[in-house]
Amino acid sequence: MTRVLDVRDLRISFPVSGGRLHPVDGVSFSLDRGETLALVGESGCGKSLTSLALLRLVPEPGRIDAGSVIQLGDTDVLALRGEALRRIRGKRIGMIFQDPMTSLNPVFTVGDQIAEGVLAHLPVSKAEAWERARGLLDEVGISDSAARLRAYPHQLSGGMRQRVMIAIALSAEPEILVADEPTTALDVTVQAQILEVLDDLRRRRGMAVLLITHDLGIVAGRADRVAVMYAGQIVEEARTGDLFARPSHPYTQGLFASVPRITGPVTRLTPIRGTVPPPTAWPSGCRFRPRCPQAFDKSELPPELMTVGEGHRMRCWLAEGDGPIGMASVLPSHPERSEGGIP
Amino acid sequence: MRHWLLRRTLQAALTLAVAVVLLFLLTHLLPGDPLAREGAGRPLTSVQREALQARYGLDRPLLEQLGTFVGGLARGDLGVSIEYGRPVVGLLAERLPATALLGGTVLVLNFTVGLWLGVRQAVRKGSAEDRWLTTLSLAGYATPSFWLGLVLAGIVGVRWHLLPPAGMRDPLIAGGTLAAAADVLRHLVLPALTLSLVSIAGTMRYQRNAMLETLRLPYIVTARAKGLSERQVIWRHGWRNALFPVLTLFGLWLPILVSGSVFVETVFAWPGLGSLAAAAVNGRDYPLLMGASVLVATIVIVASLLSDVAYAFLDPRVRLS
Repeated sequence: MTRVLDVRDLRISFPVSGGRLHPVDGVSFSLDRGETLALVGESGCGKSLTSLALLRLVPEPGRIDAGSVIQLGDTDVLALRGEALRRIRGKRIGMIFQDPMTSLNPVFTVGDQIAEGVLAHLPVSKAEAWERARGLLDEVGISDSAARLRAYPHQLSGGMRQRVMIAIALSAEPEILVADEPTTALDVTVQAQILEVLDDLRRRRGMAVLLITHDLGIVAGRADRVAVMYAGQIVEEARTGDLFARPSHPYTQGLFASVPRITGPVTRLTPIRGTVPPPTAWPSGCRFRPRCPQAFDKSELPPELMTVGEGHRMRCWLAEGDGPIGMASVLPSHPERSEGGIP
Repeated sequence: MRHWLLRRTLQAALTLAVAVVLLFLLTHLLPGDPLAREGAGRPLTSVQREALQARYGLDRPLLEQLGTFVGGLARGDLGVSIEYGRPVVGLLAERLPATALLGGTVLVLNFTVGLWLGVRQAVRKGSAEDRWLTTLSLAGYATPSFWLGLVLAGIVGVRWHLLPPAGMRDPLIAGGTLAAAADVLRHLVLPALTLSLVSIAGTMRYQRNAMLETLRLPYIVTARAKGLSERQVIWRHGWRNALFPVLTLFGLWLPILVSGSVFVETVFAWPGLGSLAAAAVNGRDYPLLMGASVLVATIVIVASLLSDVAYAFLDPRVRLS
């Protein structure tokens, strides 16, 4: 496997009166060629900011702190500036955003907006760029592509717009595709189609995909690995199958318990108590401690990511127990869960 | 779209009709006597006064006078100026080019320099340059145009002899068309600068805010994420959208320009509509005052119609609906 992206100790900070906040605080992950990694978490956990940092698009006045590493192949992204930085945007990493309505410019045609991305990176003529744009529309499954090139975003449906966004992200043939909540703004019926398009492209082009989502439901069967984020940190990372079979971090377990299941015994949904604290109110020690049903004295200290199985790590002191095992026995003793069962 | 255009045009016509009636009533409500300056300093006899009143129709009921005015307006006849004793249409036509030149210059400066500075400020928000430009533009905005005009005319024109402080042409200038044009340009500098300095602040402010709004939008992030150059991101993706609110400003903005030019033209003795209107107000020259007011109202209403049409044409969401 070729490693295409390596992120280590990514810290993003914003100035506040009397110091700096770190909405992303020491995030590390890597991406291999042809692989899909899902970055899962609730809003405010720092996952979108993490994705923006990959292209150095962190909004002002945010900063990527010294000591962070973003290694793109043999390129040190954090050392780039000016023209060199522009040349990786779209060319090495393509991005898709959450809301295709507001992420497309309303005054330019679809063809314009795709061809522009081609022209920014590839040595082709304007006519060739438009021809490529038409090909890209075909590839993302838009029929009648020649006519659609001349359409404006407002003339297209939501699903169609997101396909156009994907075509834009692909316009300079990047090796990595970052999809930040690509289906959140879409109807459920369209969601599956869009995910299908992404998966298809990954397979055909051998791209690596970073899928950012709050929805565990779309992760199964699509991502090779999952990293769960909470309060600016990755709290659990595992191969998708392992995570679904043995969610180990109490937060991950809580996420699963709050998702309705179609198969298996009928149980009451148990939401995680409390709400995600804002970066101003992150507790010391384990950041999930105030909401954790299994918090214990050691949770007062900040845990590191610890191995609980092959390729399976979590940021929880419970991992220190007797290795990965403890988890299975911990799960049924989940206090709210044991009361489960709809009368 | 065609339906909208028709409705918008009808609306403009209706606005103009209401404006004409209001202007007429307001003009005639002004305290003062249009015949006060007649008689060359000697008081008019009652016979003379009655004859003059009959001649200008001032002895008729107000509504009848309005009817006469509107009837004339429909035929393109705005009556005869009391002060000048000549048809108003001719007087206005003589003065229009000078005002068009001054107003046009100021408008061009506003919509080039003003917009450019506004965009720069937005892009460099919070920088020293942004803060200085804000301070300067607010100072300009707060400066009365007639005061600034007097100061500039006094210092640059009278003390330094750099530029002519008054008028539009030097009657003694020799040479051909080119020399004459250069002479007009030299006369144009100070009044145009005065009006621009006090008006550009509004344009800058407006453009700065519109641009800041636009730069916050997700499609700007998309444009950057595509790898476009900063210039493309700001001008092509940002400014193209931030121009819409400023276009609507164009319509709202002309009246300020016109009223500003009344003072500035008077200060610089610029032979335009503004100074003509100022003279008409002073002399209560009803026909001339009405003529000038209706002309200005028409220009403003047509300009705002045009800016709406331009908006609709530039925004595909409107154009294609």
